[in-house]
Amino acid sequence: MIEIQNISKSFEGKAVIHNISDVFEKGKTNLIIGASGTGKSVLLKCIVGLIHPDTGTVFYDGRNFTDADKEMKAEIRREIGMLFQGGALFDSKSVEQNVMFPLNILTKMSPAEKIDRVNFCLKRVGLENVNSKMPSEISGGMKKRVGIARAIVNNPNYLFCDEPNSGLDPQTSILIDELIKEITDEFGITTVVVTHDMNSVMGIGEKILFLFQGRKLWEGTKEEIFHSGVEELDNFVFTNKVMQSLKKK
Amino acid sequence: MKGFGRYMIFLGSLFVRRESLGTYYTLVLEECIIVGVKSIFLFALVSTFVGAVTTVQTAYNLVSPLVPKYIISNVVREMTILELAPTIMALIFAGKVGSSMSGNLGTMRITEQIDALEVMGINSASYLVLPKVIASILMYPMLVILSGVCALVGGFLVGTVTGIISPTDYIYGLRFSFNEYTVTFALIKSLVFGLLISSISCFKGYYTKGGAFEVGVASTAAVTTSVMAVLIADYLLAQLLL
Ligand SMILES: Nc1ncnc2c1ncn2[C@@H]1O[C@H](COP(=O)(O)OP(=O)(O)OP(=O)(O)O)[C@@H](O)[C@H]1O
Ligand SMILES: [Mg+2]
Repeated sequence: MIEIQNISKSFEGKAVIHNISDVFEKGKTNLIIGASGTGKSVLLKCIVGLIHPDTGTVFYDGRNFTDADKEMKAEIRREIGMLFQGGALFDSKSVEQNVMFPLNILTKMSPAEKIDRVNFCLKRVGLENVNSKMPSEISGGMKKRVGIARAIVNNPNYLFCDEPNSGLDPQTSILIDELIKEITDEFGITTVVVTHDMNSVMGIGEKILFLFQGRKLWEGTKEEIFHSGVEELDNFVFTNKVMQSLKKK
Repeated sequence: MKGFGRYMIFLGSLFVRRESLGTYYTLVLEECIIVGVKSIFLFALVSTFVGAVTTVQTAYNLVSPLVPKYIISNVVREMTILELAPTIMALIFAGKVGSSMSGNLGTMRITEQIDALEVMGINSASYLVLPKVIASILMYPMLVILSGVCALVGGFLVGTVTGIISPTDYIYGLRFSFNEYTVTFALIKSLVFGLLISSISCFKGYYTKGGAFEVGVASTAAVTTSVMAVLIADYLLAQLLL
C-alpha cells in the first residue's frame, strides 16, 4: 500500500501539482488518468522520489519515504519497478543486458538463473529472439515491452508504469494491460499506472484517480466513472466515440 | 560561483552510497578502453605532427651559426615535455573525450536513463561518473607519455630526413642537460588535467536539462569550461611547482 499526503509541486513558481492525497492499495491496479500536461508524470515522479515534492509525504507500507535517509530510500527503491514514458532503456546495452541489469545490481543470482529469469520476463511481455538486439534496433512498442520486462524482473513490491501502452497497437495494448493486471494479482503488488487511454481504464481500472490541471478532481472505480457528475471527467471520458455510444445506452 | 559550488557538491556525491568494488572494476576497465585505447591513434597522429612542426620552426628561428645544432632538439624536448604533451594534448583530450562524456550523460539524462538508475536505488552520479573520472586519471598520463615520445620521434624523422639536423646531433640535444623533474612535473600536470577534464565534462552532461539541443549545448560548455580550467591549472601549477 502506498499512501500520499498533501503532495504539492511547483516549477519556477508555476504550480503543477496541488495538494494531492490518496491511497494506492496493494494487489490492485491503481490508475492515474488525465489529459496531457496535467502533471501525471510529475506526480508519479514525486511518488518514487525522482522529484522532491515541495510539500507532502509519501508512505510505502507505512515507511516514510520522503523524509527517509539515503539508506532507507535505497532500500525502498530496490522494491520498486518502474516503466518510464519513453522506455528509458540503457542504449549502450542490449535488450538482454537491459533486463538483466537490476538483477546484476540488486541480487546475487548465478548467471544461469539470471538468464532464465530474463528470458521468462521477456516471454511474459511477448518478446522472443530479441535478446541480443540493441535498443536502437527495436520498435517503440518493443522498447516499452522491454521496459516492462526490466521493471518486473526483480519481483518488485511496487510497480509504476507511465503510459505503458501509448504508441502500441490496440492488440498489444490489451496484452500489456492484462500482463500488468496479472502480475499485480499474482504477486500482490501495489501497482500505479498513468494513462490517458480509456480502453485501459475500462480494462484494468480497479481504482481511478482523475487529475485535472494538477488537482485531484475525482476518484472511484471504473463502474462509477460514468456517473461521476464531474464535468471535466465527463469531457475526458466521453471524447471517445465508443464511450459516447455507451453513455447513450 | 554558484556553478563552482554545485560542482564541488557533485564531486562529493561521487563517493557516497557506492556499489560494490567489483562493479566498478569492470566499469573502469570499459571506460579505460573508451577513454584511452580508442584515443591512441589520434594522440599519436597529432603529437607526431606537432613534434615535427616544432622541430622545423625551431630550426627556422635558430639562424645564428654560433648556436650549435643540437640546441634544436634540446628546445623541442623542453617544449614537448613541459607544454606540448601535457597541455596541448589536454585540449585535444577535452575535444574528443570530454565532449563525448558530456554528450553521453546528457542523452542519458534527457531520455530518463539516469532516472531509471535512481529508481533502482543506484547512486547514478557515482555509478556513471566515477568510472569515467578514474579511467581518465589512469589513461591520460599514459597518453601524455605516448604523445611525448611520438612528438620527439616526429621531430627526429622530419629533422633528419630534411637534413635540418644530423641524427647524432638530435640525440645529443635530447640528452643534453636533462632535468628529470620536468617529466615528474608533466605527469603531475597530466593527472590534474585528466581529473579536471573528465569531472567537468561529466558535471556539464549530468545536469543537462531539456532536449537534444541542450545536449549539444552541454557538450560545447563541457569543452570550453574544461579547456579554461586546464589553462588556469596549467598556470597555477607552473607557479607552484617550477
Ligand atoms: N522538470 C520540469 N521543469 C519545469 N516544468 C515541468 C517539469 N516537468 C514537468 N513540467 C511541467 O509540468 C506540467 C505537467 O507535466 P507532466 O509531464 O506531468 O504531464 P503529463 O500529465 O505526464 O502529460 P503527458 O500525458 O503528455 O505525459 C507540464 O506543464 C510541464 O511543462
Ligand atoms: Mg507524462
